[in-house]
Amino acid sequence: MKSDDRILHVRGESVFVDDLPAPAGCLEAAVLGSPVAHGRIVRLDVTQALAVEGVAAVLTAADIPGENQTGTIILDEPALADGAVHCVGQPVAVVLADSATVARRARKLIELEIEALPAVLDPREAAALGHHIIPPRTFACGDVDGAWAACAHVVSGRADSGGQEHFYLETQAALAVPAENGTLLVHSATQAPTAVQRVVARVLGLPMHAVQVDVRRLGGGFGGKEEQATPWAVLAALGAQATGRPVRLVLDRADDMVMTGKRHPYASDWTLGLDADGRVLAWEVVYYQDAGATADLSTAILERTLFHSTGSYFVPHVRATAHCCRTNVFPNTAFRGFGGPQAMFVIETALAAAAHELGVPARDLQRKNLLSEGATFPYGQAAEDCRAARCWDAADRAFGFAALAAAAEAHNRSDDRFARGVAVMPVCFGISFTNTALNQAGALVHVYQDGSVGVSTGAVEMGQGVARKIRRVAARTLGVPEARVHVETANTARVANTSPTAASTGADLNGEAARLACLQVAERLRQVAARELDCAADALTLHDGGIHRDGAPTPLGWDALVNKAYWTRTDLSAHAHYATPRLGFDRASEKGTPFAYHVYGTAVTEVTLDRLLGTYRLDAVRLVHDAAASLDRATDLGQVEGALAQGLGWMLMEELAWSADGRLLTDTAGKYKVPDLDFMPRTLEVRFLEDPNPRAVMGSKAVGEPPFMYGIGAFLALADALRAARPDLPGPTTAPLTPERTLMHLAAPSAPETTP
Amino acid sequence: MATIRLLLNDRPATIAAPAGLSTLAWLRGERQLTGTREGCNEGECGACTVLLGEAGTGGVRYRAVAACLLPVGELAGRHLVTIEGLNPPAGLNPVQQALVDEGAPQCGFCFSGFVVSLCGFLLASDDFSVGDAVASIDGNICRCTGYASILRAIDTLCGGMRGRIDPVAPRAPQLVDAGILPRHFADAAARLAALDALPAADAADLPLLGGGTDLLVQRRDPLAQGEARFVSRRPDLRTIAAEGHRLVIGGGVTITELTASSAALAAVPALGVMGPLFGSTLVRNRATVAGNLVNASPIADLAAVLLAADAELEIEAAGGARRRVALENFFLGYKRIDLSAGEIVRAVRVPLRVADAAFSFEKVSRRRILDIATVTGCLRVVLKDGVVTDARLAVGGVAPVPLLARGAAAALVGRPLDAAAVRAAADALDAEIAPIDDVRGTAAYKRLLARRILMAHALTLAPGALRCGELL
Repeated sequence: MKSDDRILHVRGESVFVDDLPAPAGCLEAAVLGSPVAHGRIVRLDVTQALAVEGVAAVLTAADIPGENQTGTIILDEPALADGAVHCVGQPVAVVLADSATVARRARKLIELEIEALPAVLDPREAAALGHHIIPPRTFACGDVDGAWAACAHVVSGRADSGGQEHFYLETQAALAVPAENGTLLVHSATQAPTAVQRVVARVLGLPMHAVQVDVRRLGGGFGGKEEQATPWAVLAALGAQATGRPVRLVLDRADDMVMTGKRHPYASDWTLGLDADGRVLAWEVVYYQDAGATADLSTAILERTLFHSTGSYFVPHVRATAHCCRTNVFPNTAFRGFGGPQAMFVIETALAAAAHELGVPARDLQRKNLLSEGATFPYGQAAEDCRAARCWDAADRAFGFAALAAAAEAHNRSDDRFARGVAVMPVCFGISFTNTALNQAGALVHVYQDGSVGVSTGAVEMGQGVARKIRRVAARTLGVPEARVHVETANTARVANTSPTAASTGADLNGEAARLACLQVAERLRQVAARELDCAADALTLHDGGIHRDGAPTPLGWDALVNKAYWTRTDLSAHAHYATPRLGFDRASEKGTPFAYHVYGTAVTEVTLDRLLGTYRLDAVRLVHDAAASLDRATDLGQVEGALAQGLGWMLMEELAWSADGRLLTDTAGKYKVPDLDFMPRTLEVRFLEDPNPRAVMGSKAVGEPPFMYGIGAFLALADALRAARPDLPGPTTAPLTPERTLMHLAAPSAPETTP
Repeated sequence: MATIRLLLNDRPATIAAPAGLSTLAWLRGERQLTGTREGCNEGECGACTVLLGEAGTGGVRYRAVAACLLPVGELAGRHLVTIEGLNPPAGLNPVQQALVDEGAPQCGFCFSGFVVSLCGFLLASDDFSVGDAVASIDGNICRCTGYASILRAIDTLCGGMRGRIDPVAPRAPQLVDAGILPRHFADAAARLAALDALPAADAADLPLLGGGTDLLVQRRDPLAQGEARFVSRRPDLRTIAAEGHRLVIGGGVTITELTASSAALAAVPALGVMGPLFGSTLVRNRATVAGNLVNASPIADLAAVLLAADAELEIEAAGGARRRVALENFFLGYKRIDLSAGEIVRAVRVPLRVADAAFSFEKVSRRRILDIATVTGCLRVVLKDGVVTDARLAVGGVAPVPLLARGAAAALVGRPLDAAAVRAAADALDAEIAPIDDVRGTAAYKRLLARRILMAHALTLAPGALRCGELL
């Protein structure tokens, strides 16, 4: 048995949902999505599709036995459209057939007539029309209106960031298998097994215990399978219930791109006030979040935008307002960073603009305003064990910010074609679900008679290495080699009421729950050993595959101890529950302690821009990341590098486009480009700040999302190069900064002289 | 339905399916070989990379290709190797070991594709250079790792391979003897010969596939239900040979073969610049010269190069009659070409050598590698004593067809290649292009880009004499 998923992966032997052998009689599904962005369904006739040989069923809203509802935070999303459609791609019907090819062919024969209604595609326009999903929310501290008078400089502007397709390599997938007595087993590529279980039960009219959801692993999630894996599992389950046959539903890439939401595009207006020394006194910002047609997770994402409105900086006077705007695009959803990156992009753009206006390097303003120990965030929590300056200064010492900037400036004086740019990007990211209730996890540990260990949690392995980390935690706690520990699938019948594997918390929550469960078994085993060795249990530790007494090995090995425990009728299984302490947030005052802790880091990015063609190259990204006492260094390094790549893609290359009537134009892998190897920086250097974190399992820190935001540094560095090439223009404020945007900026007419 | 006989990993296999069905669909649907994964089904991600071995004079030659773009009809008489056919019975091969040692795999979905591509590199690289290894995975996309760990693994892999293999002797047997590849790579030639798999003569009315790298994307479902003919079965279309003052490039020559041909590179040096910017290794290993032209995309990179190179096409009718047409006259309008039913592009003929000619190729796309151009272009100038005596400028992405920009070229002739001449040519170019707004860029951007690309050509062709600052 291979001890690590990595071995399975390089041999092509790891099993994803679409790799599971088809059960006998398995049907395949194709989903018909709305071709219209907004409208009333006038006619829906599936007769012709149903007549195709090999088609077993065609299901519409009328075939749903339970509630036609897949929403989580707000119940506003039907599984299948009923009467109206609100975006292109909204599921209207599902075809079940002997093969996917037949299902796709039959899908074309469904007759669907829609009376089109006006579609809104722009979040500012939606806000102006009052199309809000929830009323606007405001986080405030200090006296922002009174602070402007004290400011020596007040700068304002816009900053817009684009959406981002997840482009997980494994598309959305589910396999629903009917079992006896109306129950179902659902294999789902989801980050949220319990959500799938709850919604399948709701839509099918079943109790949750009739639905077992099992998740082995995902071929990438990144947030795209937190909420939006659910509808596909629901439709597969609906088909299995209707036909009594197994149903596999795997979206092909084109369907996946059109029928799933993306990272939220944001439009923002900001005003920044600084004193004569460059200290930020006041920050006012209004965000317009493009939520899409239904709520999905948008309101939670909006909240995290507000939590991160001041980035890595202390600002005494703040008013941040966020609009959750309903538009007629597919509902946007979680994506690594969850609204945080969009907020940090705005304040960094503002600081860069202020630096330009003041004629000082942006890094001077950034360093001067960094969070320090005890500084209060606008939401009332204080920065404890604050590592903002520690990371910044470590990066500056290691990489030499001023020297890098000086080298770029020297280059730019002598090269009339290629302009270099340099920028520093600090990151501060809060860890915990901002919905406090979600910060809980369960774990179930079995020690089997042969001494091998099985650990179940709600954590979903999607490449982030959470299974590896949990295995390490369990092995260390039980004092056995990691090879003795197997981490099971996430299965709702073994661990119930789980939170999604999201918000970077997978290892923190599930790892700690696993540790607590292992501790219970370990304590029982120590009692057994104490009887065997005729000593006090306090003197005993489980270590190195055996029992140590006062730190020295005893003859009692792990296998013998486990065997003894079984024959003396000792419980070798344990369940434990962990709830992150200290958390609480009051939405009336918008104050509280939403986060267990923060993750910090600082990156410096160098780019070279071709003034002639507008193309550019990433020369180097060097960074210091606050990994604390890493549970697995290679895993955390991979998370940092991979998150950075996605952040770079979001800021520079990845661009979504829609037609005027709301159809996604970038709807294939050929039209939507994600980073490839050649795009990545020529030099990538990652250093870790390794000071242990007292607030997470075994001194570690969460790692999934924070490094994504180092990608913003590439926007800032390219903006720096653009300012070198066109000092007469204000810097760019729209991401992604594609080669088109850079060239149009380079060739833009000079701004008219303005009088001060 | 034809019966297709092939060698699949270590065993002979028979396919009873329409020839146009994709190999990916067959492997996953019929054979449960699920290590070959569907990520995009259009050759853009590499998760379904397989090795295709074809017997030739030097033994079986293996190329990494995308199974989603490979019709099963192409497998007849060939050796198809999937990830399962690269796994050692126990343990890991050096590619796999290096990736695992680096902790590279994350979600793992794409990794079998990376392993297959890198095994293709072990079979094909002369010197196991890091550059070759990196180039071999230019068609493999990973969304998790940011590639850094893969690069570290490549460093280890290449370091470990150097000195272990004789670069001259046939490669596959050496890799087998070294325990790196399984035994079925050693005896594949003999087993293929014994297959007796030559397909029956093809009916002339079947669709003719070159590499299929566009057709399988555009017409996947219809092709999967029907039979097809394959250019690869015509050895006479797969040669590159001098004929008088022209180099004759067979229509079935792949882009990989073309850009590796010293004769082709000598005649048209711009092919060397274009090579790595055309699709990916997986696409270039399949896409053919004629297919690229017949597809008639206005942004075809090769069309731009060949237009600048003054290429002509040799066209063969069903009965064998041949005619020639200048490439610039072949493109009639958007996706319309001078080719009648039953005719095929037999060969492309380019001048062997034009005295004092120099080429420049430029392509701008959102992503530099494995992306379709926003604007692509090639300029050939003849410079005598510092004066341009002849110029051919081709631009893609700014007109319904790959455009030979005669006006801009004319503006360059008779003058030195200086800033004034380049600006005059750029103005002339502006008057003869008609770009449109689309997903690759706005018309205004493409118009500006066409102009700037012309300037970039001039900077390449008049190094030292011209400065970028003079042009901006």
